Amino acid sequence: MADTREGLEAFGDVLAVIAAALFALVGGIWFFGSNDPAMSFHGLLMMLASAAAGIYVMTVAFREKAAIAIGNYEPPEGYFDGPIKVTVVAAVIWGIAGFLVGVLLALQLAYPALNFDLPWISFGRLRPLHTSAVIFAFGGNVLIGTSFYVVQRTCHARLAGRWSPWFVVWGYQLFIAIAGTGYLLGITQAKEYAEPEWYADLFLTIVWVTYLLVFLGTIWRRKEPHIYVANWFYLAFIVTIAMLHLVNNAALPVSFTSPSSVILWSGVQDAMTQWWYGHNAVGFFLTAGFLGIMYYFIPKRVERPVYSYRLSIVHFWTLIFIYIWAGPHHLHYTALPDWAQTLGMTFSIMLWMPSWGGMINGLMTLSGAWDKLRTDAVVRLLVVSVAFYGMSTFEGPLMSIKAVNSLSHYTDWTIGHVHSGALGWVAMVSFGAIYCLVPWLWNRKGLYSMRLVEWHFWISTLGILLYITAMWVSGITQGLMWRAYDSLGFLQYSFIETVEAMHPYYVIRAIGGILFLSGALIMAYNVWRTIRGDEPVDIAEQPRVAAAPGLRLQPAE
Amino acid sequence: MTYDIVATISQVVSLLMFVGLFTGIVVYALWPSNGPRFDAAQRCALDLDDNHDAKRGHNAKRGRE
Amino acid sequence: MKHEVFEKNSIILLVGILIVVSIGGLFQIAPLFWVDSTIEKVQGMRPYTPLEQAGRDVYVREGCYNCHSQMVRTLRDEVERYGHYSLAAESMYDHPFQWGSKRTGPDLARVGGKYSDQWHVEHMNNPRAVVPESIMPSYPWLLTRRLDPETVEARLKTLRKVGVPYSDEMIANVRTDLAAQINPDSRPARDLLKRYPKARVAKFDGQQGVPPTEMDALVAYLQILGQLVDFATFDAAGPNLR
Repeated sequence: MADTREGLEAFGDVLAVIAAALFALVGGIWFFGSNDPAMSFHGLLMMLASAAAGIYVMTVAFREKAAIAIGNYEPPEGYFDGPIKVTVVAAVIWGIAGFLVGVLLALQLAYPALNFDLPWISFGRLRPLHTSAVIFAFGGNVLIGTSFYVVQRTCHARLAGRWSPWFVVWGYQLFIAIAGTGYLLGITQAKEYAEPEWYADLFLTIVWVTYLLVFLGTIWRRKEPHIYVANWFYLAFIVTIAMLHLVNNAALPVSFTSPSSVILWSGVQDAMTQWWYGHNAVGFFLTAGFLGIMYYFIPKRVERPVYSYRLSIVHFWTLIFIYIWAGPHHLHYTALPDWAQTLGMTFSIMLWMPSWGGMINGLMTLSGAWDKLRTDAVVRLLVVSVAFYGMSTFEGPLMSIKAVNSLSHYTDWTIGHVHSGALGWVAMVSFGAIYCLVPWLWNRKGLYSMRLVEWHFWISTLGILLYITAMWVSGITQGLMWRAYDSLGFLQYSFIETVEAMHPYYVIRAIGGILFLSGALIMAYNVWRTIRGDEPVDIAEQPRVAAAPGLRLQPAE
Repeated sequence: MTYDIVATISQVVSLLMFVGLFTGIVVYALWPSNGPRFDAAQRCALDLDDNHDAKRGHNAKRGRE
Repeated sequence: MKHEVFEKNSIILLVGILIVVSIGGLFQIAPLFWVDSTIEKVQGMRPYTPLEQAGRDVYVREGCYNCHSQMVRTLRDEVERYGHYSLAAESMYDHPFQWGSKRTGPDLARVGGKYSDQWHVEHMNNPRAVVPESIMPSYPWLLTRRLDPETVEARLKTLRKVGVPYSDEMIANVRTDLAAQINPDSRPARDLLKRYPKARVAKFDGQQGVPPTEMDALVAYLQILGQLVDFATFDAAGPNLR
């Protein structure tokens, strides 16, 4: 039996080296063959990364072979957490990078001189960098990491694959590096949240399919017959994002060595496809995936079951069915046919129902343990995130009503809405999960400092409130100014007057962003001290469950 | 295929599909005998009954052989 | 009703999810391709000239869509501020569409012909020189960067492959048309106008004796926006009604 296993591992090593060589070859073709310096640079990145990966695999394989020969080889056992640790650290780093770019963008809108007349940091190129960094780099790493953690724990099985999880994790970082530097160098297909060009998209497809297989493979190894509900949300997130990504990015490259491509769809069809993608990037990346986090980390942290498992089943199926129809609310009163707008609005309003079902399920999981909100700042992060989820999923259906949308669309109200979801829900639940995961993964007795978590919580909450209130005021003000008429029946304001009126709110928004960024820096420090192994400064204030599973004291009987 | 036909079909069919899916899921989720089964499944998945996640790590080990 | 099947069999769960999440897209996107009334029948739409398309590529590269929409909604104030509401037909050759989602700056769907070429050039070079309160970034590099005819030709050929109706003649003359559009009153310019009616031919960036720059291209693109459809022959109540 040991022989078969070693044989399989050797086979895996050979496959991994072949894959690395193929990626290096493709990178080489782009590096040497492309006339475009940016694509050439991306080819070089890919070539070097693949070469490094290939060499690393070979080193490990030969070291193990030598160990087997002298008979002291110990095969890896237990849960496979190395790749998860990478995603946790990557999420913290990318998060700070993304928030920092967001702050710069906010300041550029208040003080345009901060564009510095340089192409690569002008607003139009930085904004996709910000959205991709926070959604895909920060959020994506949190999702990959937590899904690998949750699927192993709830299936009581080791992650499938020997090199595949590593490929998913590092391949994803390479995709982010290629996409992000591409935006700065002017490589974009100008579809919101889907800006990366065809070659980055193809590479991501390979990474994503591997991710799906690793996730499914782990489920197949499970000991329990039942698949826990968090895994359904993760699975829906992975599969649906794959579908959306493939359809929305369908493009014909100009040539194999050209970074540019032409999207197959045009005009109104492209608009509908884009917002079917765009809204479900929110629905499945930023909602379904993070609901997976909610359904594991909240019950785990408060050590009690989900409020109603029945509700979670209804929540799951209605949420994924309804979400997918909501896209056209991004296109109200446009050249999209009315029948599609009506469908989009109807389903968006219905979406309120499953969203709040999920919120109630998350919040009520605390029933009987509400004191933890006061005593455990990590629980508070998780719970407040769910409250923000409830708020923005109430605001969303409201804004999808055509009459409201005619005012809110194209204004900062939309930006505020997105950030109440992104900062309040996605980032807060991610922070909560990261604070749980770090001591659990690195086998620590607790976080370095719970006081710093408190600080993080209050500073970010204040930042979010400043941000979204500023955007409500500026958005509604601008929307009303655009449609204001004077007593003679003429439009009252020129466009530029409405821009001028936004300035104070843009400054307040930037301050909110700076606070939020400061909170994240506090988290980075806390995470770093915890990983380094520093003794917690306030262990007495931390709950039992903060410690890694093996280090927890038995509960008092 | 005219505008009106598309509008009617899409709205009626989507509504019917939703009603069907919703009814099915609610009936299933609330089916009396399913309740205890769900509870057992989630307590097990979340390791709520024994507080030794570490011990579960050993299970994972065993699973590999 | 056996939900247990989903809970215990990951492949069935996967297929169930796929079916549920596919329905919406099938119902909302697919009909747009085969219902005739989706795109109005109008007079005057044509593919972009090589210079306009190159300008559009600059517009995409610089991320203009992050702050400017190209979609006048069917609302009274928008029609009064920007002009006739946008038709689906007006963006039918746009790969990708650039309707946008935010108006940090004004809508550009009908900006063509509203300002002079010189205004656009100065505005791009330093927006605050012409609009003191503007918060738009400056784009001084557009004046010095030359277009690469080979890249433009390759783009147009690819656009044709995905269905933009460029004729053989148009494709054969990409390079001459590219240069002709900044040479008013020349013979190639007259040929260009036969192929692409209503195209604006001008020394957009005002630089004499210089091959087309990115500034030429971007201004040529902005000046054609909203100019092509002949609204005199468009009847919203007619068979065009969506």
